[in-house]
Amino acid sequence: MSTIEPIFKIRNLDFYYGPSIALHQISMDIPCNLITALIGPSGCGKSTFLRCLNRMNDTIPGTHVDGQILLYEKDIYSPDVDLANLRQKVGMVFQKPNPFPQSVFDNVAFGPRVVGLNHNKIELEAIVERSLRQAALWEEVKDHLNENAMSFSLGEQQRLCIARLLAVQPDVILMDEPASALDPIATLRIEELMVELKKNYTIIIVTHNMQQAARVSDYTGFFWLGELVEFSPTSKIFTRPEQQLSEDYITGKMG
Amino acid sequence: MLHGIRSTFDREFDEIRSELLEMSVLVDIALDRSMQALSERDTNLADLVINGDVNINKTRFKIEEDCLALIATQQPAASDLREIIAILYMIVEMERMGDYAAGISKTVILMEEEPLLKTFKKIFKMAEISRRMLADSIQAFMKRDPVWAREIAARDNEIDELYKIVFQRLTKIMAKEPDTVTRCTYLMWCAHNLERIADRVINISEQIVFMTTGMLKEFE
Repeated sequence: MSTIEPIFKIRNLDFYYGPSIALHQISMDIPCNLITALIGPSGCGKSTFLRCLNRMNDTIPGTHVDGQILLYEKDIYSPDVDLANLRQKVGMVFQKPNPFPQSVFDNVAFGPRVVGLNHNKIELEAIVERSLRQAALWEEVKDHLNENAMSFSLGEQQRLCIARLLAVQPDVILMDEPASALDPIATLRIEELMVELKKNYTIIIVTHNMQQAARVSDYTGFFWLGELVEFSPTSKIFTRPEQQLSEDYITGKMG
Repeated sequence: MLHGIRSTFDREFDEIRSELLEMSVLVDIALDRSMQALSERDTNLADLVINGDVNINKTRFKIEEDCLALIATQQPAASDLREIIAILYMIVEMERMGDYAAGISKTVILMEEEPLLKTFKKIFKMAEISRRMLADSIQAFMKRDPVWAREIAARDNEIDELYKIVFQRLTKIMAKEPDTVTRCTYLMWCAHNLERIADRVINISEQIVFMTTGMLKEFE
């Protein structure tokens, strides 16, 4: 890990839902331009942790955070952080594809328009095309840009959501079970897309599907009861895990 | 449409295949050098083979580790899974071939300056065929050709035939000229090592048949 530049440095992170603690003393470095997978049984805190990384948890009343999450060495929980800016830099893809019930074009153009840059039509078209190409969707939709996004398959909708996110040029893409609603082939397409995207973006994925974590990620973090039990290169954790707990979870003996 | 959808998997698999190819080249070089050391009584070259065996062993463990990681992370199935399993067996066979080459080199060192006997030519022929069999079997693996794999395995008969001749001649010489017993025994060891190498190629061929057809069968 020492040779790879971390984009996120998490230090002694505690997270509370009201009085109950959901994450306890999480410290890890998320490597830049690689795919980090977070695995663990339901309720282990992995999704909570993911949502800490762009402060999505702020929307839940009664939550609070101790410790630090440094993005490019700056604490994202410091008072002067602009949330819209943070979430532009650290975007999120959700379990269920959630395109807006608008045209493909308007979906992808949404971010750039909201961010408020004065793009003219030609610039906007270029952004839409670039984003759709990066999301490996351009060839499929280029002749259907004005069709309603909801008419596409779920796999296509999910890639559209990824394109929509890429349009605002994030640095980090958080993915919360991005393929769990998709069939195996659409799932593989998303996984291949992730591998393609890591050249330009840092990806952090939460998945229940351990095999998916194994296939797609470079590093894997195993969460258990709100703690980070092990964080290792993926090929290592799936062949020689350091912790007995990780071994037991990966081999299906518990969880 | 499905072809190449798993590019990460394909890439990692290709890396393992080229490592396997590299390993076969290492084994071939070791064999070539050990025979050259034998023919030229070159103990330095023999030492080189003996000390170089560690590289063959290292390559084997590297491939084994990569196969384990591929199984654990990429969940190969069907023909992919069979190929990985075949590779795991093949590298063990090749590692042992490396040991046999080192064994021949050790014999060379034991023989020191003693002149060779004329049956040496047949032994050299055995080495030539064995090396061809190994190289061909790796090609058959790359081409996924079970028919060729069987043909290669059948060439073991030539080796066995040569081995029989070498054995009989050496025994005769030993009976006639008792002071050649040590020399003859050394040569017998070399021939035996070569015979074993060809047997290992048969095992590789069996793996190619398993990998391509799914049939686990020992060749006759």
